[in-house]
Amino acid sequence: MRAAFLIAVLAVSCGPKPRSGPTALFPKSGEVPGWSQNGETRTFEAGNLWQYNDGDADRYVQAGVERLLTADYRYQGKTDAVADIYIMKNAAGAKTILESESEVGSQTVRVGTAGRLYGTSVTFRQGRYFVRLVVYEEAPEMSQALVELGRGIQPKLR
Amino acid sequence: MHDRATSRRDLLKACLAAPLQAAAFQSKSRVVIARDSLLRSSGSSVVDSTRLLKALDRAMQSLYDCDSPLEAWKRVVKPGEVVGLKVNCLAGRGNSTSVLLVEALCERLQQAGIPKKNIVIWDRLNRDLESAGYRVAAHPDRIRCVGNDTSGYEDELAIYGSAGSLLSTAITRVCDAVINLPVLKDHGIAGVTLALKNMFGAIHNPNKYHVNVGDPYVADVYMLPPIRQKVRLHICDAITAQYEGGPSYMPQWTWPYNGLIVARDPVALDYTGWQIIEQKRSEKGMKALKELRREPTYIATAADTQHRLGTNDPRRIERVEV
Repeated sequence: MRAAFLIAVLAVSCGPKPRSGPTALFPKSGEVPGWSQNGETRTFEAGNLWQYNDGDADRYVQAGVERLLTADYRYQGKTDAVADIYIMKNAAGAKTILESESEVGSQTVRVGTAGRLYGTSVTFRQGRYFVRLVVYEEAPEMSQALVELGRGIQPKLR
Repeated sequence: MHDRATSRRDLLKACLAAPLQAAAFQSKSRVVIARDSLLRSSGSSVVDSTRLLKALDRAMQSLYDCDSPLEAWKRVVKPGEVVGLKVNCLAGRGNSTSVLLVEALCERLQQAGIPKKNIVIWDRLNRDLESAGYRVAAHPDRIRCVGNDTSGYEDELAIYGSAGSLLSTAITRVCDAVINLPVLKDHGIAGVTLALKNMFGAIHNPNKYHVNVGDPYVADVYMLPPIRQKVRLHICDAITAQYEGGPSYMPQWTWPYNGLIVARDPVALDYTGWQIIEQKRSEKGMKALKELRREPTYIATAADTQHRLGTNDPRRIERVEV
């Protein structure tokens, strides 16, 4: 009986662990063609979100943000971008953020439950997640590349 | 008779002095805008450093009515002083104070007699500086570039009106003079963030001052003596400007303004920059900030009789384009 319990404990602790932690939501380098992650993933809680985006943090807090995960990316080794994933308390919070931003100049894209493409930026929501992708250089191919990065993130948002 | 004569003299004095006092009171704050359509072409983040330096020189000569940029800089700083450059790097490399602009400033400061070791580039966090393309450096014989997280804050609160904050030692102890280098951009709470609000980067608790569109907090923070006394010049980086979604970088709401806005009066600069942002918002079919309940009323507060940090009266602002 005691041996069986020990075996059970060992089996659980040695078995495959579920993928978790801040990096789990971001595609690894090469997972989305052309994109590589550049540097570490950083995490900000609601209480210190202002250290990341002071002046902008308040509206996320009001909408019920729990945590922000952010990672830098590079496209084809030369064009820098940043991916922000806001984890809200619920889907309504993610919807609030997306819809609070002007849609002037944007077009709808099929990423997540609702997504917008602004040329050098993509925003979308999926469940309680709100995602913002921004690239620092304008180039004809970057819009589609951003959408593809968003589609690489989307299935990880569960 | 004697009394009468005195009274006459006094009256004469008063008559002569009144227009002079009125003239002094009505003297205008000059805000110089130096633009160059080829400074940064649309869709590119590459800035022409030669054109940028020329724009800076034109602005400085115009602001100080000088024949050469060096003469102008010598009116701003004196050899032996430690000069701080307060950049704004909150928006990362997308829309922070241009590294090229800071390099141009450092070149002119050195020509004006400020050695490298006496130039300090500073902002809130090392991480912010790095994300905007600056290289953090603390070597005492070179140009220093440090965040407040390295230089530290004073232990005692500085207080004025509604503001109670720990000030960065960069402004209290390290620097004798500060040149303020904000960016022309919208602010989702305070309306706009320009010269006055850039000093939120000099305190430990800026997140506490965003209620009521930052009014009167922005003006009160600027009243803290080291800020009010040491900031001598404001050069607003308006190469890339942002009319919505700030202060974070939102590329969809930026445009290449291709300019620098330079002034000694932070209130006049803020008023001028605010109007530029409102004009762009109007062109884009966006509501005025007042309609969105984020009119930057702190600018008027900074100009009121309690603060007197400058003027927000357009009749007293001389806007010069060079």
